[in-house]
Amino acid sequence: MPAEPGTLALPDVAVPAAPARRALRPPGFPFAIIGLFVLAAVVAPLLGLPDPHAQSLRDRFKPPAWEEAGSWKHPLGTDRLGRDLLSRIVWGSRVSLAAGVLTVLVASAFGAAVGLTAGYYGGRVDAVLMRATDATMSFPVILLALILAVTVGPSFTNVVTAIAVILWARYARVIRGQVLTLMHLDFVAQARIAGAGAWRIITRHLLPNTLGTLLVLVTLQIGYVIIVEASLSFLGAGIPPPTPAWGSMIAEGRDVVTRAWWVSLFPGLAILLVVLAFNLLGDWLRDTFDPKLRQL
Amino acid sequence: MSGPVIDVRDLRTHLVTGWGTVKAVDGVSFTVAEGETLGLVGESGSGKSMTCLSLLRLVPRPAARILGGQILLDGEDLLAKSEAEMRKIRGRRIGMILQDPMSSLNPVFSIGMQVREPVALYHGLRGSALAARAAELLAAVRIPSPAERLRAFPHQLSGGMRQRVVGAMAIAAPPRLLIADEPTTSLDLTIQAQYLGLLEELQERHRLALVFVTHNLGIVARICDRVAVMYAGRIVEMGPVRRLFTRPAHPYTRALLESIPRLGARAARLTAIEGQPPDLARLAPGCAFAPRCPSVMERCRVEAPPETVVEAGHVTRCWLEGGPEVGAPSGGTPA
Repeated sequence: MPAEPGTLALPDVAVPAAPARRALRPPGFPFAIIGLFVLAAVVAPLLGLPDPHAQSLRDRFKPPAWEEAGSWKHPLGTDRLGRDLLSRIVWGSRVSLAAGVLTVLVASAFGAAVGLTAGYYGGRVDAVLMRATDATMSFPVILLALILAVTVGPSFTNVVTAIAVILWARYARVIRGQVLTLMHLDFVAQARIAGAGAWRIITRHLLPNTLGTLLVLVTLQIGYVIIVEASLSFLGAGIPPPTPAWGSMIAEGRDVVTRAWWVSLFPGLAILLVVLAFNLLGDWLRDTFDPKLRQL
Repeated sequence: MSGPVIDVRDLRTHLVTGWGTVKAVDGVSFTVAEGETLGLVGESGSGKSMTCLSLLRLVPRPAARILGGQILLDGEDLLAKSEAEMRKIRGRRIGMILQDPMSSLNPVFSIGMQVREPVALYHGLRGSALAARAAELLAAVRIPSPAERLRAFPHQLSGGMRQRVVGAMAIAAPPRLLIADEPTTSLDLTIQAQYLGLLEELQERHRLALVFVTHNLGIVARICDRVAVMYAGRIVEMGPVRRLFTRPAHPYTRALLESIPRLGARAARLTAIEGQPPDLARLAPGCAFAPRCPSVMERCRVEAPPETVVEAGHVTRCWLEGGPEVGAPSGGTPA
């Protein structure tokens, strides 16, 4: 830059505002587990597994392959109706993962919209929306799902609806909190000064800056949703039979837990692994993006 | 274009708070012509920033309300316009630069995207014409290697560079009036000097009317043609910079000038202004500066002085200068 007479011409050094983030080691375990289950869910029809609905009373309660009475035809054993457990678990992962992802997507989209609106407009809009959010958060999910199951009948749609209808409130709260901090930053004021209207500011300036938080929350919540779905199926208010669902599989094995332990154990292990993986992934994402998100 | 670019007449902006009504802007009037720079000087809380926000009608609602007056931009009263009309005016005809370079740019978008936005909005350009114009703007604010900088992100730029980018966005239209709200306060001195030079250049190129808010009289001396001194929401003195510095009419202006430490003077105690700025929610009747004024008279505590003309182009609000009967001073000598 040319020097002005009487001033020093110092080069304008580009100093990064924050030190380069030391990228945490990507977590192998969660990625592997989630990858495995997602892959299995997606290519399930191509895997050449036995039909999960195929009943064979001759083969009921066959133990897993490594047990004495077991065979590799049914690696994880069979259930009460002789259906192959491994196949049911794989097909069940489609249901669980679909329910988890879909529910969370719907809840987060709606919740983020509410949070952005409440945070941006403030005042009465904020007050009304937050009271609605509080009221929603206090309602128990399982109860709502049971009510739906009893009145309308259990189905995949009802599960997603029941959970999403209550889950969005969590997102609304968190996103609103973030928006409140963002509103103080000058670039929002600059956008207004430049003539931007509400829509432009919300979509272009606020939303992109909340995506990090959203992603962390979404990942952490998928595990929660899978557990809720499994609980509902366990109670009979979730995915109706004969569709294989991990929760109902556990319920089916409840009476024979001492004799045919594998019927309940393996679906339970599947839930454990997937939820644990999502939680660990969420933790890693949170730590990578911003240690300040630790309260999530 | 004849007549001033901006003509503010008796602007009043009040803030209704739980502690009472704060008269943030209490009857402010000034004009700025094309190519002219008006400095707006005052302590924190004097009403400088609120005045600027009022010009854009961006006062923080619901607490703040513009109660009265007129803001004539090229003859059109902005206070009579609808919000939709104001949104067309903001950015296009009035631009503003804020103080904090660290948060004035959206961290998730590149510089290019952010500079392109106003250009696309105001000029309807797209594609390579848009990119070229954006690079031109960056070059106009003297950012080296502008074409490459378009791809950079805000965190890769220093404070001075970010302020230049903000400046580039502010003059994208270019506007008729540019308001700079302490844009150099967060920059170090050498960068400050460069930035001021840049503002002068931009002003000359686009014939901007410039309102420069600062509490630094040195900057006022450097770049302003006229200066308005604000205290407790009112302009207590306004006139050409030379005049105010050499023959200040208002005791507050005098006190501000006296408090500037001078190189070469004997090391003595620094002169400060006694007392504290007043509580704007509980202003006493009379002149707001009376409690701290070294030349205070009885009349000052009772009646607020009107704007009186000291000389052509130089006005002040002080009983020392105007009023039919001037009471005997109770301390100090009048100018």
